[in-house]
Amino acid sequence: MSGRPSTATGDATTAGGDATTEADPAAAAAFTVAGRALGSRLVLGTGGIASLEVLDAVVEASGSSLATVALRRVDAAGRGGILDVLRARGVAVLPNTAGCFTAAEAVLTAKLAREAFDTDWVKLEVIGDEDTLLPDAVELLDAAEQLCDQGFVVLPYTTDDPVLARRLEQVGCAAVMPLGSPIGSGLGIRNPHNIALIAERSSVPVVLDAGIGTASDATLAMELGCAAVMVATAITRSRQPVRMAGAFRAAVEAGWQARRAGRIPRRYLARASSPVEGMPEL
Amino acid sequence: MGETPVQEVPGVGASPSPSQVPSDLGVVMNGHEFVVAPGATVADLVRTWCPSPDGIAVARNREVVPRSQWGSTPLAAGDVVEIVTAAAGG
Repeated sequence: MSGRPSTATGDATTAGGDATTEADPAAAAAFTVAGRALGSRLVLGTGGIASLEVLDAVVEASGSSLATVALRRVDAAGRGGILDVLRARGVAVLPNTAGCFTAAEAVLTAKLAREAFDTDWVKLEVIGDEDTLLPDAVELLDAAEQLCDQGFVVLPYTTDDPVLARRLEQVGCAAVMPLGSPIGSGLGIRNPHNIALIAERSSVPVVLDAGIGTASDATLAMELGCAAVMVATAITRSRQPVRMAGAFRAAVEAGWQARRAGRIPRRYLARASSPVEGMPEL
Repeated sequence: MGETPVQEVPGVGASPSPSQVPSDLGVVMNGHEFVVAPGATVADLVRTWCPSPDGIAVARNREVVPRSQWGSTPLAAGDVVEIVTAAAGG
């Protein structure tokens, strides 16, 4: 019997480049996607941010090294300034394909993003329903395959379906980003079992995306074995986004450490934590 | 070929009406109709519309026009052009 309790989802590894070597904390701390080490396991979504000034402060407080942007028409409102903020903070840009409903739209958007931002990375979103914003599995897989074949580093936003996650990995995705619950809903992780399954069985990093409501949801995601967490709305639309960004930074770190430390097994009945021997006769 | 090769069609910005646009000069850019001078290129459109070409990408008729080809890609009547950049999202 090892002194280390096993967990329902196993322990040692989660995702590509993520093998935990407890003797080497530095290696264990690296979050690597497609061979690129990212300094933080908190991926920041910029959607809903109130201003570029708030964004700058949120980026700093979050410690994030990767942030998403959307691609939209140039207009007189001065779009584009967001890039300057991210670059000045040394944050890598992860363009998304938000708003795309077909593989064709998503592929063209990814190509435009590559041209605009000089990056092969894309957070692939292909939405199937306007009310829930849930992914369209068929279009998503089609777009993922096309983009992988064209040399993109594809991080697909997907349902919490372990089989679809595996299919996305098989067509060459560099990570998978299963949802906790619908985008912007704040409902947290509705199916922790599926997230744990995906994390356990995936050989690419698993980034929990969408549905996070507050910091403890991010901790849970990490405890379930995710390699990172992506958060937008829960930070940007909170009452104090900068404070919340700091809370998420701590929450992701706490979940990561707790996962590595190994939770105790669940028991139906109590197990005394004080010694039973040596009780005085009273 | 005037000094401004790209001009928004007067009065049609809000509700474009193709009949008001000379068919040999009209293009649609980001949902608005424009008249362009013969020989005008994608680069002319970008220059007119964007303070800086940094962080910009262009699709013409649903095909990406690489930055290196903006100056050598002439606009044709009826072209549908999208010029995009980063916005908060995701």
